[in-house]
Amino acid sequence: MPVLTDLLFYAFAGLALLFGLLCVANPFSRNPITSAMFLVLTIVSLAGLFILLHAFFLAAVQVLVYAGAVMVLFLFVIMLLDLRQSEERQIRILTIGTGALAVAAIAGILIRAVIAAKPLASSPGLAGETKALGRLLFTQYLLPFEVMSLLLLVGMVGVILLSKKETE
Amino acid sequence: MDPISHTAVASSNAQDLAWVVLLFPLISAASIPLGVGRSRALTHAMAIGAVATGFVLSVSLFLLFGFTKGGIHATPLPWLSVGGLKLQIGLTVDTLSTLMLMVVTGISTLVHVFSTRYMDGDRDYPRYFASLGLFTFSMLGIVLSDNLVQTFIFWELVGVTSYLLVGFWHEKPSAADAAKKAFLTNRIGDFGFILGIILVWSAAGTVQFTDLAAKFHTDPRLLGGLTSLAGVLIFLGAMGKSAQVPLHVWLPDAMEGPTPVSALIHAATMVAAGVYMLCRVFFLLDLPAAWPGFLATLGGPSALGIIAWVGGITSLLAGLIAIQQNDIKRILAYSTLSQLGYMVMAVGCAGPDAAMFHLTTHACFKALLFLGAGSVIAGCHHEQDIWQMGGLWKRMPTTSICFAIGTAALCGLPIVTSGFYSKDAIFASALAADRPVLFAVGVLVAGLTTLYMARLYLVAFLGEPRSESAGHAHESGTPMTLPLVILALPSVTLGWLPIGSFLKEMSFGGGHPHYPDSITDILFDPFNHSPLGAVLGLGLIVFGGFVAVSLYWNATVDPLPKTLGWVSTALRSRLFFDAIFDRVVVPIHDAIAALFGLIDRWLLQGLVVRGGSGAVDLVGRGLRLVQTGNIQTYGFLFVIGVAVLVILALK
Amino acid sequence: MTPGIHHYLVVSALLFSLGLFGVLARRNLIVIYMSLELMLNAANLTLVAFSRFNENLNGQVMVFFIITVAAAEVAVGLALIVALYRKRRTADVDDLTSLRF
Repeated sequence: MPVLTDLLFYAFAGLALLFGLLCVANPFSRNPITSAMFLVLTIVSLAGLFILLHAFFLAAVQVLVYAGAVMVLFLFVIMLLDLRQSEERQIRILTIGTGALAVAAIAGILIRAVIAAKPLASSPGLAGETKALGRLLFTQYLLPFEVMSLLLLVGMVGVILLSKKETE
Repeated sequence: MDPISHTAVASSNAQDLAWVVLLFPLISAASIPLGVGRSRALTHAMAIGAVATGFVLSVSLFLLFGFTKGGIHATPLPWLSVGGLKLQIGLTVDTLSTLMLMVVTGISTLVHVFSTRYMDGDRDYPRYFASLGLFTFSMLGIVLSDNLVQTFIFWELVGVTSYLLVGFWHEKPSAADAAKKAFLTNRIGDFGFILGIILVWSAAGTVQFTDLAAKFHTDPRLLGGLTSLAGVLIFLGAMGKSAQVPLHVWLPDAMEGPTPVSALIHAATMVAAGVYMLCRVFFLLDLPAAWPGFLATLGGPSALGIIAWVGGITSLLAGLIAIQQNDIKRILAYSTLSQLGYMVMAVGCAGPDAAMFHLTTHACFKALLFLGAGSVIAGCHHEQDIWQMGGLWKRMPTTSICFAIGTAALCGLPIVTSGFYSKDAIFASALAADRPVLFAVGVLVAGLTTLYMARLYLVAFLGEPRSESAGHAHESGTPMTLPLVILALPSVTLGWLPIGSFLKEMSFGGGHPHYPDSITDILFDPFNHSPLGAVLGLGLIVFGGFVAVSLYWNATVDPLPKTLGWVSTALRSRLFFDAIFDRVVVPIHDAIAALFGLIDRWLLQGLVVRGGSGAVDLVGRGLRLVQTGNIQTYGFLFVIGVAVLVILALK
Repeated sequence: MTPGIHHYLVVSALLFSLGLFGVLARRNLIVIYMSLELMLNAANLTLVAFSRFNENLNGQVMVFFIITVAAAEVAVGLALIVALYRKRRTADVDDLTSLRF
């Protein structure tokens, strides 16, 4: 049923953009926790888009790692720091203006580039088989895969060292 | 064995032996501060061993290769090549260098032995022997060098190591000053020397002695109008090292060093280096006179003429000054100057053979005299004023006899001393070069020499003791007397060998060398060969001796200051050379230095350096106001930059 | 209209711009950090889309790696923020301007 998937694309894309907007520029709340919650929703919407692109494994990882682990970390830090007093600060028009200008420039360039680009010749066809992905990860990309585990270890050590209380 | 391979083998053997002679003192000098110096016995055993081995090898080198005409030449090692300048490292093994090797290592060995007692108890015993070894190494480097640049390098090394030795007792301000003076005075000469080297290289394109000799042989006008200038510039280097007027002022002051060092510097090494170098490059000095432009129209003298006159004047002035000195070492120092003047004069009179002959004999008896003086000084509890001595012959018989032999040799007593023969060779060369005035100066100086040496001997060794320390004088034991006795032997006999004629044939291309063939011929050679010099010299020696005896026999004070008045004062003040340097040269130098100091401080440091840094600093201060420190500003600028770049790239 | 690669790319560009706006306009360090994550996700979406329409799994592998690196990066970054907060008692970029002079 091609029509349903088309509708689902528009739905997920719209949700992702809406939640993204609410995450970075929520007119009702500047609480970081609100931003974090909307980021979770954006990520879930993106996972939906991934499924539409037949990247099932990545969609699962996206939800597990991002919406799960990473966002918990964010929330944890937000609560640890207790940042409510910064909410009282005034919004500066200049900051918003310059930010919007820069963003408009980049967005304009990107979209113009997308429109100007020649459409791809091939039709959508590749099924993002999890099995195939796994095979690729453990054959062609074995070394980067293992290096990545090392990177995670190093990151862990670094985090422990950084957030350790200074003993003075 | 065919002749070619025989030569090759000989040359490689000669090179190897020469390298050993050269490097042994360096190795010993290096090993002393690296640990050997912990033990005194090991220190001097090592140092003496190195130079003594050097001496034995030098003698073998001379016997094996000294009789080869023109010397043995091996292909030198390439060192560096900058533009047209190709430098090589090589050793010359020929009659001249092996003869000089024997002199240097021989005297050095004896000085080392003497020092073991003289320096006994000194706090810096190992440093002394290390410096001595380094000094010997540098001197050997000059002797063996086969090109001008290598000579210059070792030349400077001799300068540096002499600084270490003269200033050995650097706690004494006078010693430190003397070392500095020696070093700086030599620097003036060295400046001329290197200019001369550059001049010669720019014309000939090589600095190798053999190549230079060949080039100048085929084309004596290679340097054009600069010929004589190059000779004089190179001679300037010798003027510094061999202490010729007016660069002689460092040498008497260098007496501040330990006495064995004086013996080594004055007899066989540093001061001899200048004369040796002149002999080495004699082919450069011997070219016909040629001056640039206006000087030529004035009829400029040849380089050799200038050299001869500087030598003659040095020998005369130093002889005069020596008459009124009272410090035993200073008298000897001025006598060294005077004798060096002789040698330089001989080179200037186209007699490098005579100069080397005198250098060799002088090395022996001057070393003898200095070591004798060292023995006296040690025996008299470091008393150096001859008027505080007297009657030493009773208490120090060995030293007295050896010193007498040395004195006789320096005066040139006929037949029984070596000095007679070498001095006569110099007179003969002055006559042969048709320079009667210089000949007269030479003969006169022989009389002066007798006068001041007889004065020294009469006052210090004969008569009655005039001080407590002289009354308790004593010999200082075998290590000090043995070198004296050993040196006394060649002081007497060396003149009987035809060294001059032999050198002339082997190294200076003399056409008809003259060898005496019977014993009487040997002994009376000067009377047969150049009777005028021999007879006149003898006459003046007798006259000088007579004057000395009449003035100083049993004298307790010097009668000359009364009778001579201002002349004596002038001589005592060393003819005001130091005063002139202090009053004229030093202020001018200070003024120039102050000018350059101002330029440096205001123009270079102030405007260029501070101005440059100030401008950069100002711009930096201005630019840092642009910084906000706010990460979002940077992010904004970054994004704008990326946008601009992407737009440009997509166009 | 059946969504093609262009649609995905436009969505990705818009998401990326949203993230960028957050980075440039928000003052809370943690929110800035979340905006960064958003930009990263936008890039991921591009890669997955290209992977799908190019019939090539390499893009997905890349996204997998990016997610892993992002996890490590978030951990280190948040630890830095915590350390910074301990020292300066603030997480507002306007107060963190000591890199000036």
